[in-house]
Amino acid sequence: MAVQTLSRPDAYAGVPEKKLTLYMLMLGFAALLVGTLFGPLQSFNYAGIDLYRVLKPMIQSYYQGLTIHGVLNAIVFTQLFGQAVMLYLPSRELRLRPNMTWAWVSWWMALVGLLITVLPILGNAASVLYSFYPPLEAHWAFYVGAAIFVLSSWVTAFLTIEMWTRWRRQNPGKITPLATYMAVMFWLMWLLCSLGLVVEVVVFLIPWSTGLIGGVDPLLMRTLFWYTGHPIVYFWLLPVYTLAYTTLPRLAGGKLVSDPLARLVFLLFLLFSTPVGFHHQFSDPGISPTWKFIHMVLTMMVVVPSLITAFTMAASLENAGRARGGRGWLGWIKALPWHNPTVLAFLLGFLGFIPGGAGGIVNASFTLNQAVHNTTWIPGHFHMQVAILVTMGAMGTAFWLIPHLTGKPLVAEGFAVASQQLWFLGMFIMTFALHWMGWLYQIPRRAFIAGSPAALEAYKQSGVWMTLNAIAGIILTLAIIFFFYVIFATVLQNRREPDQVMSEVPFTQVISGPENSGLAALTDRVWFWFGVAVVLVVLAYGPVLFQMFTHINPVPGQRLW
Amino acid sequence: MDDHHSVVERYERIWLAFGLAMIVVFILLVGYTLVNRGGSVPIGTAKVDATKVRTEGEFANPHLERVGDEYVAYMQAFAFGYLPGEVRVRKGAKVTFYVTSPDVQHGFNIERTNINVEVIPGEVARVSHVFKTAGEYRILCNEYCGVGHASMISKIVVEE
Repeated sequence: MAVQTLSRPDAYAGVPEKKLTLYMLMLGFAALLVGTLFGPLQSFNYAGIDLYRVLKPMIQSYYQGLTIHGVLNAIVFTQLFGQAVMLYLPSRELRLRPNMTWAWVSWWMALVGLLITVLPILGNAASVLYSFYPPLEAHWAFYVGAAIFVLSSWVTAFLTIEMWTRWRRQNPGKITPLATYMAVMFWLMWLLCSLGLVVEVVVFLIPWSTGLIGGVDPLLMRTLFWYTGHPIVYFWLLPVYTLAYTTLPRLAGGKLVSDPLARLVFLLFLLFSTPVGFHHQFSDPGISPTWKFIHMVLTMMVVVPSLITAFTMAASLENAGRARGGRGWLGWIKALPWHNPTVLAFLLGFLGFIPGGAGGIVNASFTLNQAVHNTTWIPGHFHMQVAILVTMGAMGTAFWLIPHLTGKPLVAEGFAVASQQLWFLGMFIMTFALHWMGWLYQIPRRAFIAGSPAALEAYKQSGVWMTLNAIAGIILTLAIIFFFYVIFATVLQNRREPDQVMSEVPFTQVISGPENSGLAALTDRVWFWFGVAVVLVVLAYGPVLFQMFTHINPVPGQRLW
Repeated sequence: MDDHHSVVERYERIWLAFGLAMIVVFILLVGYTLVNRGGSVPIGTAKVDATKVRTEGEFANPHLERVGDEYVAYMQAFAFGYLPGEVRVRKGAKVTFYVTSPDVQHGFNIERTNINVEVIPGEVARVSHVFKTAGEYRILCNEYCGVGHASMISKIVVEE
């Protein structure tokens, strides 16, 4: 019996979490689209070319554009991608559904928070960059929106942990499955480390910007910011690490070498991500060199999980390459599926992550840091990590995840492959140039040099490196157009072909599993390790923060843009 | 497969041992440079009221003092410049800088040296350096401070 209906059939009936994940993901990619479009303007600035004059009066200044670029890419996109993936993966793996009411609350909080933050930025009332160091004082809406946006991630954290505890009650004595373990460690790390940012914004900046208190202590604000500001890079990175561990070997045609070691990596991130923030404050007066040295040693400890990851991923990819018929010392590399846009994105991402990690060790080395602190070396470094590995991992994952969520097959796979090749090439040229400009000529980061005759005169020796930035800007513009064409054409098409897309998340098999592994059992004592992480943070931060909180030296706000 | 797996595990142990050894070497090298060349590490010497920097205390009159064979400079980093506007010192003499800000955060980065300070309102930072070659050294602001940030450049002249 045919029934005419005016409403479209609900493609998400029975799997509401797919719709939620898609909405989180696409809100994040929409933010990334706007944010990255400002990127080439920045790279042209460092080629001495001012393109911002074209955008007047819509965008008033380079610094306003840079604020949009930083906030949307580094805070909004990264968090939404984490909220999408780190709830969905455990939900699929455990075959449990999160509380959907609260899940939608988190999405609406993110959207509303985002809009409230963006309005003052667009009105040039919050051109304070994404580090918003006081006493530069933005419009209060900027801080209120940011707080709502960040607190939305706490809802996702609690939803994931609730799902996991539900699974534990139903499966007593079993070891948490791998992707879920990673998600739980990820969210616990974030709950612990986002506290600094939340206290800074809620306790100080909102009362200050609304006039309830007259001033805030800039050093204390910096310290609270960097309490969150370093671990936030692991908050960006770990969703991509999780996807690399739990899906990449399978997508490449192989197996993950070791499950227990992957757990150890995430445990080390939980322990050592947070008590390291002073390595962003090596140049600050008011924190003793002894404390800076202690944080430096702890920072070096965070290198260990990435060293393990480099090894495990390489070994797993070798396993994949050999399974695909690759022979000899390096033949397995050639045998990997470089034509698959997801695998390509991860392979190039990890390739960029190696020199990026080496540069990170330079930054972490207290005295060496003085040669590069706040120069263009720093954006060179973090674009290698965030714009190459993190963003490419997210883009590469979108190529299978969006079809999986919607049932709509990927459009224009050739463009998807090209977008990743161009993105990598453009980012590699740009980060290379920024590193040298910072290291050799001490050109400051975040400086509108294209609009300053004095600056162009001062930095004219680095002309060759500057030209590379313009070339990178052009390549990256193409990469952006290709990538967003592919994902928006995919998601907006009407064609649904459920048998042409992956019906399940491609969770990988492992060679060495968690069964009978003492290490896996040890790492699974999640709350014990969370307690250890809290103690480490209290030891590494307690005395300094106590001193600062009891000697607050307030400074009134300024608006100088 | 098991054979291959134990090979992988052995390589992994070697790789991690190598990595940890490098980390220890890096930490020791940083410790060595701190002990022997620590003058360029910014030290907080005092807290001041940022709103009174321009009117009270040593920084109200930013200047360079000669103390025996050495120099002491009391400097303001402000939006958007440095006071005193130009610093002249003799080659080979130790120069100690005290820097603070009356308004927002700034950078105090002297090119071709390791001097690289976050100037934070309310905090006085101390660093020192011996200029071994004569010439001009630019001071660059490398912390975003507002619309004039990129042009916030001053200089130190080191004379023979």
